[in-house]
Amino acid sequence: MNKIDNAISEFKEMDEMANRSSPVHELSPLVKLLSTVAYIFFVVSFNKYNLNGLIVMVLYPVVIYQVSGTSIRACFYKLRFILPLVCAVGLFNPFFDKKIMLYIGSIAVSGGTISMLTLMLKGILCIMQSFVLIATTSFDSICLALRRIHIPAFIVTLLLLTYRYISVMMEEVAVMTDAYMLRAPGQKGIHVSAWGSFLGQLLLRSMDKAEEIYSGMQLRGFSGDFLYAGCRPLRFNDILFLVGSIAAFALFRFVDITSFIGRLVM
Amino acid sequence: MHMADALLAPAVAATMYVASGAVAGVSVHKLRKDEDDSKKLPVMAVTAALVFAGQMINYTIPGTGSSGHMCGGMMLSALLGPQAGFLSMIVILTIQCLFFGDGGLLALGANIWNMAFYGCFVGYYLIWRPIMKSNWFCKSTPKAAQRAKIILASIIGCIVTLQLGAFSVVVETSLSGITELPFDAFCALMQPIHLAIGLIEGLITAAVLTFVYESRPEIIKDVDTSDGKVENKRPLKTVIVILAVLVVLVGGVLSLFASSNPDGLEWALFGNSDAGYSDNMGLDEEDFGIASGAADKAASIQESTAFLPDYAFSDSDSAAGTTVSGLVGAAMVAVVALAICAIGGFFKKKNSSKAK
Repeated sequence: MNKIDNAISEFKEMDEMANRSSPVHELSPLVKLLSTVAYIFFVVSFNKYNLNGLIVMVLYPVVIYQVSGTSIRACFYKLRFILPLVCAVGLFNPFFDKKIMLYIGSIAVSGGTISMLTLMLKGILCIMQSFVLIATTSFDSICLALRRIHIPAFIVTLLLLTYRYISVMMEEVAVMTDAYMLRAPGQKGIHVSAWGSFLGQLLLRSMDKAEEIYSGMQLRGFSGDFLYAGCRPLRFNDILFLVGSIAAFALFRFVDITSFIGRLVM
Repeated sequence: MHMADALLAPAVAATMYVASGAVAGVSVHKLRKDEDDSKKLPVMAVTAALVFAGQMINYTIPGTGSSGHMCGGMMLSALLGPQAGFLSMIVILTIQCLFFGDGGLLALGANIWNMAFYGCFVGYYLIWRPIMKSNWFCKSTPKAAQRAKIILASIIGCIVTLQLGAFSVVVETSLSGITELPFDAFCALMQPIHLAIGLIEGLITAAVLTFVYESRPEIIKDVDTSDGKVENKRPLKTVIVILAVLVVLVGGVLSLFASSNPDGLEWALFGNSDAGYSDNMGLDEEDFGIASGAADKAASIQESTAFLPDYAFSDSDSAAGTTVSGLVGAAMVAVVALAICAIGGFFKKKNSSKAK
């Protein structure tokens, strides 16, 4: 099925992107994770009418995208199905908040319109930043970062294993749906008579496999936690990046930079 | 039902992270105590991966032209138990969030709560287990009775847990003060849609679980695998009465929240503040400010910096000046952003031509 094949190739593409090299890729995964969370936190905390202030936050992802060599277009293309949903969130605001807040020339702009635009921009910025995190950091390294902030080994190992199995399982499901569709031309999905057996078969087979995999893992000395290669201590660069980026967010958040620049120009 | 970051105020997001984190901590602890924790890992991972892949299968809904897909919380807890199911759902939601942008990173805590907590814990302890352990349908053969109970528990479980999840989305969004949509209108929008989604999900879950029951009953939690006749019969009439009461209760409680008096909820959530509320939640921006709808901390940071609270497009001259200069500044920032892109593109080209 097209949808599943697409998802498989997207996983592969993300992996490839994460394995390229650039100054951003070189940074410690922990630092990237923390700065991403901080960025989203600051973006979300902007006042709903503060569209001007929020626009400055665009600068950070733009710089990171360029330095890491990640294509902004790729981000929007990959997330094309999610973006409309994110943007739809504020669509009702103009109907409920009609208080006029500003005139551009003779056009009156209501508070609802401004808050809608702010909300959409917030959504887009958060998505852009999460995308660049996963595009510059491999999933293994993110799990390593999670271990370092003391997320239990159980959950992190489960994440890693599931991530590994997802591609295997999706390939299996793709083959099965292809086979089903070839025998049921013109049908939109799985027929109700096969709802249970379709996924059920795969489930039973996979659970058996999982038991075998567990035996295999134990024979190779698995003790509940993985050993992570490439676990390095934080370098000066990493700390500088983290402190610098958070300082920049705070500056963007608390200082009205757009007005300042505007006043300089005018 | 995945919530995006922009829907939540930081304080609400953080609260939901703490709540979900606590439940995850308890789950990990319980799994460690109960059994050799690593033994369950591969089975959990495989099942989680399967649910993930299974979400991409379209199921034709009989009688309609459309198709549906499943979400999986109820199925995972029936197969793995509530704790293991909850952790598997966390993993699925995390991977969806990172790779597909389904739900935000900051909103992950809320998403885990809305989709995994209700589906796994409420669905299992309050719906799945009581129904599976009951004597319902005992007039028919044990196997048929088990099958009927599985179907019933799956459908009721999915519908109720999805309703709870959808209601949480409404509460969290309203508490964050993000959308201007009134609380009751938002509820009226969310709940019926999720009633339909829950029903379809329930049917798919029931289909998969009855198949598993037919082939390997021991995998499913709380299924009586012995063929012994159950005594102490409870007639079907009682079952129907209990179900009817349950439906009325759930429907009644939800509609109570949805329609009548959001002010009461506000009062309960915000305390008896003297600030003037509008009819819906936290929307009076003059008094609250959006990001700090429920967050005293965020508010205090805002106040202490004193740059933004008085940031307003009001009608005084100086403020109008701020607005115009702000617009010009914003345009300048946009130009700078474009310039950075252009410079980046220039260097990329240079590098690639060098590589050639």
